[in-house]
Amino acid sequence: MSEVTAQDHAKPDLLRFIKAHIRDYALLLSLLAIMVFFQFTTNGTLFMPVNMTNIILQNSYIVIMALGMLLVIVAGHIDLSVGSVSGFIGAVAAVMMVSWKLDPFVSVAACLALGALIGAVQGYFIAYHKIPAFIVTLAGMLIFKGLALTVLGGASVGPFPKEFQLLSSGYVPDIFGGSINILALLIGALVTAIIIYFNYRERLNQQEHGLAEEPDIIFYGRNVLIAIAFLGFSFLMARYKGLPNVLIVMFALIAFFVFVTTNTTMGRRIYAMGGNEKATKLSGIDTERLTFLIFVIMGALAALAGLIFAARLNVATPKAGLGFELDVIAACFIGGAATTGGVGKVIGAVIGAFIMGVMNNGMSIMGIGIDWQQVIKGTVLMLAVFLDVYYKNKAR
Amino acid sequence: MAQPILEMRGITKTFPGVNALTDVNLAVMPAEIHAVVGENGAGKSTLMKVLSGVYPHGSYDGEIVFEGGARKFASISDSEGAGIIIIHQELALVPLLSIAENIFLGHETAKRGVINWFEAFRRSVELLKKVGLKEHPNTLITNLGTGKQQLVEIAKALNKKVKLLILDEPTSSLNETDSNALLALLQEFKAHGISSILITHKLNEVLKVADRITVLRDGRTVDTLDTSTAKVSEDRIIKAMVGRELTDRYPPRHAKIGEIMLEVKDWNAFHPLHADRQVIRNVSMNVRQGEVLGIAGLMGAGRTELAMSLFGRAYGQKISGEVLVQGKRADVSTIPKAMAAGLAYVTEDRKTYGLVLIDHIKHNVTLAHLDGVARRGVIDDLKELAVANKYRRELAIRSASVYQATVNLSGGNQQKVVLSKWLFSGPQVLILDEPTRGIDVGAKYEIYNIINALAEQGKAVIVISSEMPELLGISDRLYVMNEGRFVAEMATREASQEKIMRAIMNSWEK
Repeated sequence: MSEVTAQDHAKPDLLRFIKAHIRDYALLLSLLAIMVFFQFTTNGTLFMPVNMTNIILQNSYIVIMALGMLLVIVAGHIDLSVGSVSGFIGAVAAVMMVSWKLDPFVSVAACLALGALIGAVQGYFIAYHKIPAFIVTLAGMLIFKGLALTVLGGASVGPFPKEFQLLSSGYVPDIFGGSINILALLIGALVTAIIIYFNYRERLNQQEHGLAEEPDIIFYGRNVLIAIAFLGFSFLMARYKGLPNVLIVMFALIAFFVFVTTNTTMGRRIYAMGGNEKATKLSGIDTERLTFLIFVIMGALAALAGLIFAARLNVATPKAGLGFELDVIAACFIGGAATTGGVGKVIGAVIGAFIMGVMNNGMSIMGIGIDWQQVIKGTVLMLAVFLDVYYKNKAR
Repeated sequence: MAQPILEMRGITKTFPGVNALTDVNLAVMPAEIHAVVGENGAGKSTLMKVLSGVYPHGSYDGEIVFEGGARKFASISDSEGAGIIIIHQELALVPLLSIAENIFLGHETAKRGVINWFEAFRRSVELLKKVGLKEHPNTLITNLGTGKQQLVEIAKALNKKVKLLILDEPTSSLNETDSNALLALLQEFKAHGISSILITHKLNEVLKVADRITVLRDGRTVDTLDTSTAKVSEDRIIKAMVGRELTDRYPPRHAKIGEIMLEVKDWNAFHPLHADRQVIRNVSMNVRQGEVLGIAGLMGAGRTELAMSLFGRAYGQKISGEVLVQGKRADVSTIPKAMAAGLAYVTEDRKTYGLVLIDHIKHNVTLAHLDGVARRGVIDDLKELAVANKYRRELAIRSASVYQATVNLSGGNQQKVVLSKWLFSGPQVLILDEPTRGIDVGAKYEIYNIINALAEQGKAVIVISSEMPELLGISDRLYVMNEGRFVAEMATREASQEKIMRAIMNSWEK
């Protein structure tokens, strides 16, 4: 929201640019700093291939739900029910596959549809009856927590069929063989190339229209860092078992939601609605249907997260999903989303989720008890949002 | 000559990259009504924020002398303690509390935190009598009209032992009767020795009550006019405000009026909450291609409600009636359908209903017609940029670039962004609701030019305005509305302010 004058455009000053965009990079730098910190305090365990793989597996369901939650929060709402819904769906999946012996693929499809339906019901009350999302999803949280217990009859149900377990414990098979997973490296290199290609194309486009604000050094530096991060990460993955299936699913979803929020009319409308619902409605946009849709998406993603979590534990327990909503919501706010709606980035929410995830992982390895972990996580959330608000006000 | 009660000397206030105020001087005499006028962005609000301590001492250069002593206000409570009370355009009342509770908010008649309601009640009655408001102190604010709310604000100020009352655009949302009552109240305060600073765009009011007038332009004091020693005319003030003579406040029109574009028959609508309250009663109207049609009326006549009920039933319930666009029945039952039928409605409240303030110009311009810059739901960024730049150029939206957040634009430029949005949606009929409210003289003229250009393109333009001279200056034909009815229709060349007022008054007598 900085006022950029024509004069400033004339001299793309490196320092001025960094100052103006510090908030964009601060988040990523925080994640890096936290990772480096834990790398030392855990005596190098954090960056071990097996641990990195673990971090991905442990946080995939939080990240996936954070994608939907970001839309919900940008639209100016909140969803407290996602944890219960994911737990409930895990329970339903267990009953379907273990008790009824249904085909895993049919079960997964049915569970995703059920999640979307749950989202639709909640969205219906929120969008068309204007009941605050806080109330509707608080009710949903209680209802589905109870239903999960009912469905499971109070006991744990498992184990799941092999095919279903692959969702969380499977890896993309290495077609080359050998001591290091070549395919993982190749995919890593390909993704890196694609990202850099798109960045470069955008830059050329901006330059052609005189819009390139970013100084060269930052642009190239940023891309080199991206390359190091992605290649380094795929190298770590390759040294363990390769790329987990979950990683592929998660990555595809992240890319899809980045695209939706930044390049589509639907994404634009969500931001506009969060920024000013009345003006958006008067601009001929069906804000009710949009809100409804967002909750359908959220429901489906919560279901997917519930399936991944159940597949990972290989058992559905009545306690599954407990408190997930808090991590998911925290991820979005750490990632820079505004409680008032209209502001927030998908990448921010993803980084926010990993900040929480790395902290969980690092603190566990260090042997910090769950009690203090909570205290520290709460403090980090408070601090992150405080800094965000503080600098926003200062910039004014 | 008496000492001024307030003197602001050499006030300079800078924001990063912008000089908001440069060496501004303002002196207010005891028992004086002092008007501060200037175009939007001239620095009036900033000056008042400096005075009231919103910008604390030290964040600006220059000095403030109040009642003979230099003051260094660090906050609003400091300035209020000294007796300087500011009443903002957006009223700061709590809607679901009563009049009495609002008057004493923060200054409760309490002992050790326990409120003495009897005392509060007694003093409220006293204060309400002083401001001439005949309401029970227990009435909730939300049940009062804007005019009465304004009086409650003033009663609140009186309770704080006000010595200098600052009113920021106090009459912008008041009708003529309430405005006059308010101005009379200021004159009464003057008789009791209370000075006031009046910030307004309505120059006729300035001339009516102000003793002296300070004109700001581009953050500088350009003129101080004394109405007691010299005859000051509106044109004289305007000249000082814009720095040039405005020979004509309304651009010339070359109306080429064609076929009927929009026809409304027997339109009725009821209040959205009170189903038995009919807000629009049997309105029939038409507007032709190339015509600028004015709808005159007092505040609360139902003009906005009419426009919004036509525009996809954005207002009201139990709506009945028929709408024909170019002779064919049109379905306007939802906003997207009304837009498809060729309607566009530019709201009177651009901040609440017109703009996504946190977003920049480009995104606001395309919002109503995103499909125009997208293919299969994917936005073409460059095409969108081209569209935004085109409107920025054509409507002369003054901004650093189309990436400037609309919250940082002046009122006139915000209005141009809203207009751009609706122009891009390609309407045949534009309903402009108070298109020049709260914007300065120069920008008004530009808006009039845009309206004329639209009419010349063959579009039908309906203008709702509370400023009768404006309607008389820009429209071809007028409807007069009162209490939800159309009470008169007249060609503008035969119309006059007196005629319009007479039509309203006559309709009341029935």
